[in-house]
Amino acid sequence: MTTTYSSGIAEDAAPPKVAENDDTYWRAVGRRLMRDKVTLFCGAILMLMAALILFAPLVAPYGPTDGSIVRRLKPIGTPGHLLGTDELGRDMLSRLLHGGRYSWFVGITPVAIAFLVGGSIGIIAGFAGGKINMAIMRVTDVFYAFPSVLLAVAVSGSLGAGIANAIMSLTIVFIPPIIRVAESVTTGVRNLDYAEAARATGAGARSIVVVHILPNVLGPIFVYATSLVGVSMIVASGLSFLGLGIKPPDPEWGLMLNTLRSAIYSQPMIATLPGICIFMTSVCFNFVSDGLRTAMDVRA
Amino acid sequence: MTAPAPLVRARDLHVSFVSRDATVKAVNGVDLDLDAGEVLCILGESGSGKSVTLRALMRLNPPNKAVVSGELSVAGHDMVTISDRQLSSVRGKVVSMIFQEPMTALDPVYTIGRQIGETLVRHEGIGRREAEQRALELLELVQIPSAKRRLQAYPHELSGGLRQRAMIAMAISCRPQLLLADEPTTALDATVQIQILLLLRQLQQELGMGVIFVTHDLGVAGEIADRIAVMYAGRMVEAGSTVDVMRGPLHPYAKGLLGATVHSGLRGTRLTTIPGSPPDLRHPIEGCAFAPRCPHALETCSAGVPEFRPMQAGRAVRCFRSEEIAGATTRPPSRTTPQGVLLP
Amino acid sequence: MIAYILRRVLYIVPISLAVSLVCFMLVHIAPGDPIDAMVQPDTPKEVIDRVRAEYGLDQPLPVQFGLWLLKVVQGDFGTSLIKGRPVLPDLISASGATFVLACTGGLLGFVTGCVFGGIAGVYRDSWIDRVLLAVAVAGVSVPHYWLGMVLVIIFSVNLNMLPAMGAGPGGSAVSIFDWEHIRYLILPSITLAVIPAGIVTRTVRGLVSDIMSQDYITTLRGKGLRRHGIVGHVVRNAAPTTLAVIGLQLANLMGGSILVETVFAWPGTGMMLNTAIFQRDIPVLQATTLVLALFFVVLNLLVDLVQTSIDPRISRR
Repeated sequence: MTTTYSSGIAEDAAPPKVAENDDTYWRAVGRRLMRDKVTLFCGAILMLMAALILFAPLVAPYGPTDGSIVRRLKPIGTPGHLLGTDELGRDMLSRLLHGGRYSWFVGITPVAIAFLVGGSIGIIAGFAGGKINMAIMRVTDVFYAFPSVLLAVAVSGSLGAGIANAIMSLTIVFIPPIIRVAESVTTGVRNLDYAEAARATGAGARSIVVVHILPNVLGPIFVYATSLVGVSMIVASGLSFLGLGIKPPDPEWGLMLNTLRSAIYSQPMIATLPGICIFMTSVCFNFVSDGLRTAMDVRA
Repeated sequence: MTAPAPLVRARDLHVSFVSRDATVKAVNGVDLDLDAGEVLCILGESGSGKSVTLRALMRLNPPNKAVVSGELSVAGHDMVTISDRQLSSVRGKVVSMIFQEPMTALDPVYTIGRQIGETLVRHEGIGRREAEQRALELLELVQIPSAKRRLQAYPHELSGGLRQRAMIAMAISCRPQLLLADEPTTALDATVQIQILLLLRQLQQELGMGVIFVTHDLGVAGEIADRIAVMYAGRMVEAGSTVDVMRGPLHPYAKGLLGATVHSGLRGTRLTTIPGSPPDLRHPIEGCAFAPRCPHALETCSAGVPEFRPMQAGRAVRCFRSEEIAGATTRPPSRTTPQGVLLP
Repeated sequence: MIAYILRRVLYIVPISLAVSLVCFMLVHIAPGDPIDAMVQPDTPKEVIDRVRAEYGLDQPLPVQFGLWLLKVVQGDFGTSLIKGRPVLPDLISASGATFVLACTGGLLGFVTGCVFGGIAGVYRDSWIDRVLLAVAVAGVSVPHYWLGMVLVIIFSVNLNMLPAMGAGPGGSAVSIFDWEHIRYLILPSITLAVIPAGIVTRTVRGLVSDIMSQDYITTLRGKGLRRHGIVGHVVRNAAPTTLAVIGLQLANLMGGSILVETVFAWPGTGMMLNTAIFQRDIPVLQATTLVLALFFVVLNLLVDLVQTSIDPRISRR
């Protein structure tokens, strides 16, 4: 007999155990991820890229700024220069590997900081409710009144070029949207029955936050933050493309793209290489983020 | 001349839902006949396949997931092999449906008048203006007060009862021969339920429609039906005239349903419940599907699927032991609900 | 409803003030004394003090903000340090060029997005859905400044079909719409269209597949409506949210076209910003940012109002 019966009674009787539920939840997430070939593939590419740029000094055949004018703009496949050389005769492969360190760093750091800062502020706003919530969300609205690229460009344009300034301006751009997501998720979870129940049984605010709200809130905020990494990579390299961000002669993909614009007539393939790197990174991050969202069953 | 063909004739109707994870066999061989102007009520709990059967009659189950097989004809149209083009001209014209939840079954961004008129424009080839006029008459026919104003209303601006009336107006707008009603009163307040039932019965008589009514509420069935069919796990388990089935159910499941219903004729007796829950239709069921919940089940009940056996006076039952059980007048020794004790 | 509109319109006042404050602060987050950026390094002290007083830079910050705001309200958006003339006229003509580019790029992106998203939503979970979704993800992941370069390499350098830079004869694409000018618009528009196309595709796909699973679609099928009849209902239901997303994207295009304008040397606000950043012409940076942000605020308001008025679920409540 394969007839199954509702387990409704058993579920009702047992007190909710967050840790245990989490365990099975994460196992289910893992299983769904393992089935998602696109996400796995993109994740693997990202890992490979991360490893390559992390060990760039060991992997790269030349230093990122070594070059001679004599050997400038050699085509792809030149002996000794697998991906050719740039407009100043520097090895493209080496520069791409080293440039990735800056691009990834400037792309990911703002999102990470914004996740911590914006996430905390949003959770506080959502949990506090009332006037505090109102105040925080109204300030957030102001930053929402700027198109994101404009805000990044304006702030880092005022601050001037430099890695720190680029990171700071991007962080300012990403904090408000993360606050919004964190606030709405927290408010949602806070109003759920079991948080109400926890409050009714006399659990203090602290324990409600730690035990009930945090585990349910961090997942969606994290997924949202990962979805920003792709954009962040593009805008970060875009800032360097505009001459904000990383200063020459240091390699950075956006900056390389800009300096190679003069080469589009002579070596178009080489000129587009840094862009392909940015594109690949961004696509992979977006696919992985989508996969995570699906696997973790987070509604957008 | 042969006798006129029945309005609905289904033989060995099967519907299953195929997805990547599982195949759900929702309807497993249903036979069904309905004459013009007759009212049939299909009774069953959720998951019994009653709604799926109803939707299958006008091929409304999701086309990319539902697999239909068997014989099915509605008003002379072979509904299994019908082309999409013909299907769309049968739907709404020959056969139409009323849904359980009028709030979600009506398009929220179209006015009531527009939604009713749309059906008329589609099937009667009249213009938008004329359709609007007809819609007004229909709203008056279903007794919606200040109909003219309601024509311009959006669904969310009406009460649940009025929405369901509008839904009915839409369904009967082209004078269908067959009206299908999928728990049309379940989502409504008790007082409104009665009004809607009365309206449906009145319209059925005026328009001479055949009606198939799906419900889990025996009271509703008794109110409106000529005949009752009881479904369980995708099969008919009992069929007969309303009076016969209500007075003396033959199948233990039908008995259980009656026992679980507040019924004026049985005042003073205790309410009972059917223990357990319906089987999971993703897995094949061996033997009588009701056996695990049946107070009269013997080991032999799980051996094979009982046949749907015709009994006297147009009745039929799917039970190995119906004769033996019918002898015993005692109610099944089921659990007594606390609410039951509190009843007068 | 009226109360809501009124409240929404009034809300624009504090938001605009706050936006202005942020723009005002741009000068002050710039490293060093703002005055250093305005005068030559070897300017005598008296002159510096005179300039300082002229710009009100000797006043406390709140007073400076008030003075600045007063000027802005009167239409004085400041004076370019490099060109030595008011920013506003240049800003107006640049905004026109950006507007033309944003509109054509936006239109292209929105149409593509709606078509792709609609198809993907209707055929959800089929292979065509997966392909279109992958295209959409690629679209939002493209560094558009790179895409611009690639298009230039293909269509200008190799095929020699379309111009690589500028806005055509006269350097302005605002008012003249003949082939000679439209040619210049094609590549930048396509480049600009890619990201909104991706975003709109994803939005519309979600909306359509959600609507298609609603009960009322079953009702419509039950009424005997044919495919095109049902599509009408889907469009009408998806329209409010889609329009809101499109409006937001259009506003983003206006403010975010700096990278594309830089690639194509398009004479719009983005180019202006770019030049201002290079020359450290902070007043121009400030004025341009302010105008674009205010435009964004107004467009957001319009989107909200339009969405409210075309969705009976909101407007007739």
